[in-house]
Amino acid sequence: MNTKLLDPTNESRVATMEMVGRPESLKGLTVGLLDIAKARGDVFLDRLEERLSEMGADVRRYKKPTFTKPAPVDLRHEITTQCQVVIEALAD
Amino acid sequence: MTRDGGPRLPDGLVIVVKRECETCRMVVPVLERIRATSGITIYTQDDPLFPDGLPSLHDGDLAVSWHHEIETVPTLMKVQSGVEIARTVGWVRDEWEALTGIDSLGPELPAFRPGCGSMSVDPDLEHQLSARFGNSVLGSRRVEIASGEDEFEAMFDRGWTDGLPVVPPTEERVLRMLGGTTRSPDEVVAIVPPDLVDVTVEKVAINAVMAGCKPEYLPWVIAAVEAVCNDVFNIHGVLATTMPVGPVIVANGPGTRAIGMNSGMNAFGQGNRANLTIGRAVQLVVRNIGGGRPGEVDRATHGNPGKISFCFAEDEVGSPWTSLAVSRGVAPGVDAITVFPGEGPRCVVDQLARDPESLCNTFAACLRTLHNPKSVLAFDAILVVGPEHARVFAEAGWDRDRVLAELHARLQIPGSELVRGANGIAEGVPAHLKDATLPKFRPNGILLVHAGGGAGLFSAIIGGWANGNMGSEPVTKEVGR
Repeated sequence: MNTKLLDPTNESRVATMEMVGRPESLKGLTVGLLDIAKARGDVFLDRLEERLSEMGADVRRYKKPTFTKPAPVDLRHEITTQCQVVIEALAD
Repeated sequence: MTRDGGPRLPDGLVIVVKRECETCRMVVPVLERIRATSGITIYTQDDPLFPDGLPSLHDGDLAVSWHHEIETVPTLMKVQSGVEIARTVGWVRDEWEALTGIDSLGPELPAFRPGCGSMSVDPDLEHQLSARFGNSVLGSRRVEIASGEDEFEAMFDRGWTDGLPVVPPTEERVLRMLGGTTRSPDEVVAIVPPDLVDVTVEKVAINAVMAGCKPEYLPWVIAAVEAVCNDVFNIHGVLATTMPVGPVIVANGPGTRAIGMNSGMNAFGQGNRANLTIGRAVQLVVRNIGGGRPGEVDRATHGNPGKISFCFAEDEVGSPWTSLAVSRGVAPGVDAITVFPGEGPRCVVDQLARDPESLCNTFAACLRTLHNPKSVLAFDAILVVGPEHARVFAEAGWDRDRVLAELHARLQIPGSELVRGANGIAEGVPAHLKDATLPKFRPNGILLVHAGGGAGLFSAIIGGWANGNMGSEPVTKEVGR
């Protein structure tokens, strides 16, 4: 008789999601910049905001309360409803 | 008295016996008389030739015994139209006479003699039989391993292991593991990050089997899973960080001794099943249920070997202090675990200190270097004081609070030593803090534990990770059953 084992995993099937197509241009799009609250992430994002604004993007800034925990649900919702593009900064 | 789906008993008198049972052997003359008078069907559990000279059916796979819930042999039953209508266990002359309708049975025998345990309730066989015959209470998916497949390799291939072989989680082993807790298999223990999936007692038990746990360790594993899977301990962050930390489990209470945990020689090391497998089971739950795997959500730059398992007990019996758990609000004598986001241990050597002040100076100097000598307030530490060091404090009459107060007093650092650039080190606090005095640790940032072997003037420091609301808080949890 073949051995039967009990599945130790959560048995969930991973839903596959299609990547959103890359925009041709950022002009006129709302771009969210998410600061994950690591040191000097703001330095990086400040410079990005400058560059993106020059390209005609409408830049909005967001910040996680702490880099050690996932972004709160409300923040994620805010970003998805307000932005077409998001850039998440990892820094140190 | 009957479980569904089993073999039907023949009508008339039926008895279940085994040769190994002295009472069964004693009643053989009685069985001969009953057989001659009214007929009887005899099932024998062990030796198919028992009883000698009488025809019997061999219940070799114990299907009859298990389905008809035979707990004692001999069990004498009366069956009508396939349904059991009367039963007596052991040898009780009055009851045998009433059940068979035959007078003066076994006049040479005592009036009463208890029977023996049925093989179907043998603790070594019980779970095997439940798995074979029972309607399983377990809801997990069954994964069939083909006969040509090596089950250990199959488990590696499916990504179920931490890089070491695991024990195959068969239904029989998982049922036996579940015997270690009174909790129902379908009860939800926690929601496990990073995938935020409910983990049931059954799933914890499966992973505990794989880790190599004994059933009596299961309540400790469950408590530790509960302790790490919440926003306070923040196992998501502990896993995702690039720092080399994992859940370090410190166990307290008399139960640590009952299950044979090591709090003494080589307490952090190899060789003790309970220490190693409890910690390992927790990490397997995080991996297999939570989906927390290295290279995915686990982004550690180096990690540390303790991320396979880092679990030990506090030596409470030899300690001059109240235990860690008691200091964190657990009643004395109650089993508890404390989880701490920790790196690997480092050794503190001081072989000359014979007074507590000098020893505290060494501890403070070593603690000062934690993660970076110029980092302050960001990280906690466990200070594991070895018995030979603890004796220095015991002889001086220093209790836990005194030791901690003396350490904190020695870890107040002038800002001028800590600012960025000081001592030729770029790392540090902002320049405006140069005139401040900053503590290395927050007030509750040193967790004092007593453990280790009786020889060696050593202690150990286990460094932590980003502390408090912005990172992880140590969590202490009582161990239920």
